[in-house]
Amino acid sequence: MTGREGQPMPASFPPADSATLLAKALEVATTVADPEIPVLSIADLGILRDIKVAEDSSVEVSITPTYSGCPAMNMIGLELELALEKAGFSKVTVITVLSPAWTTDWMTEDGKRKLREYGIAPPSGRTSRGALFGADEVQCPRCGSKSTVRLAEFGSTSCKALWRCEACREPFDYFKCH
Amino acid sequence: MAKTLRVNETPLVLYCLRRADDALILGHRLSEWCGHAPMMEEDMALANMALDLIGQARSLYTYAGQVEGEGHTEDDFAYWRDERGYRNALLVEQENDDFARTIMRQFLYASFADLYWQAMVKSKDETLAAVAAKSEKEMAYHVRHTAEWVIRLGDGTDESHERIAKALEYCWPFTGELFEADESEKGLVAEGIAADLSSLRDQWRTNVKAVLDEATLTMPQDGWMQKGGRSGRHSEYLGHLLTELQHVQHTVPGAVW
Repeated sequence: MTGREGQPMPASFPPADSATLLAKALEVATTVADPEIPVLSIADLGILRDIKVAEDSSVEVSITPTYSGCPAMNMIGLELELALEKAGFSKVTVITVLSPAWTTDWMTEDGKRKLREYGIAPPSGRTSRGALFGADEVQCPRCGSKSTVRLAEFGSTSCKALWRCEACREPFDYFKCH
Repeated sequence: MAKTLRVNETPLVLYCLRRADDALILGHRLSEWCGHAPMMEEDMALANMALDLIGQARSLYTYAGQVEGEGHTEDDFAYWRDERGYRNALLVEQENDDFARTIMRQFLYASFADLYWQAMVKSKDETLAAVAAKSEKEMAYHVRHTAEWVIRLGDGTDESHERIAKALEYCWPFTGELFEADESEKGLVAEGIAADLSSLRDQWRTNVKAVLDEATLTMPQDGWMQKGGRSGRHSEYLGHLLTELQHVQHTVPGAVW
């Protein structure tokens, strides 16, 4: 087992059987957060797609991009490598898969709740074209009012639009359907 | 010193490069607005749209490299082909000019790309279908955003109307090329890999006309249409754009962040 020189490995590493090793890798990978929405893990978002561990404890993680140009993807890949190496996995490869294409429909209910608590309105409805356009009913993440208006189609990141609540007058980010 | 890339343009490689080049060049054009847009929200919108397009280009270049099998990366295609090697349509390389021209160019392209990527979701090529599934949603947002601006400017003041009308007149002769397909593409259409571009044109006209009508603009007659970009014959503007886009790599080949 090779780690970074001079750094002691955790005593129990590597676990004896591959199922434990896989569970450990998954646990570590799940702690990696989206750098732009730090309350969400990449598992909550549906970005983490697959993880494989070989007998020599080398790991291959598959992630999928959200928006085509999401600049967080490089950082997420890097953070996965760092987190897994720190946990003692020797060789970490992160690959990007495109198919099937990511959609906000994959966001977990837990993820949506965390988004709301963080002050971002989660994607409303499913991503049929009707939901993308027309049926915009976005609930204010602060006061819960549905009396809201879109201020700007494009917000602070690719995945967000800027909205305002007409009831409490607070502006908020809305995670767009994709 | 690295040399200009020679690409083995099999039909599928060429097909991917044409789509990727459209997205990269238009994305680069939009990125030129960064910090210069008429208002904060619009600066963010143009940069966001640029990001979507450059992201689409990256996926398509990467795939082109895999299909070609010569070990070329997305960066090789972007930085090491000269003007004659680029396969984008002439529309997307046209200069930004004023905000009206930028919006009209984006509206006409996005109205096309929205329909195009919707059709490509059914492609038998799994990777292209996956790129399409993302891109069609992104382009739908571009259409909505730019259509709102076309209407606002067209049905606005005399000055804004005049400018957007002039932009429409300028851009229109470049729209025909979007629907052009040569023999190499027709083969891919027959195999179910590529969408039949000519079949999209009527719907495109209908969608564009609905917005132009609301904007009190007159849809131009189809006259002489410019073409050449798909086979590497470009307007004078692409060379200047590439000089800037490729400058760092040509000065310090292989430089990475």
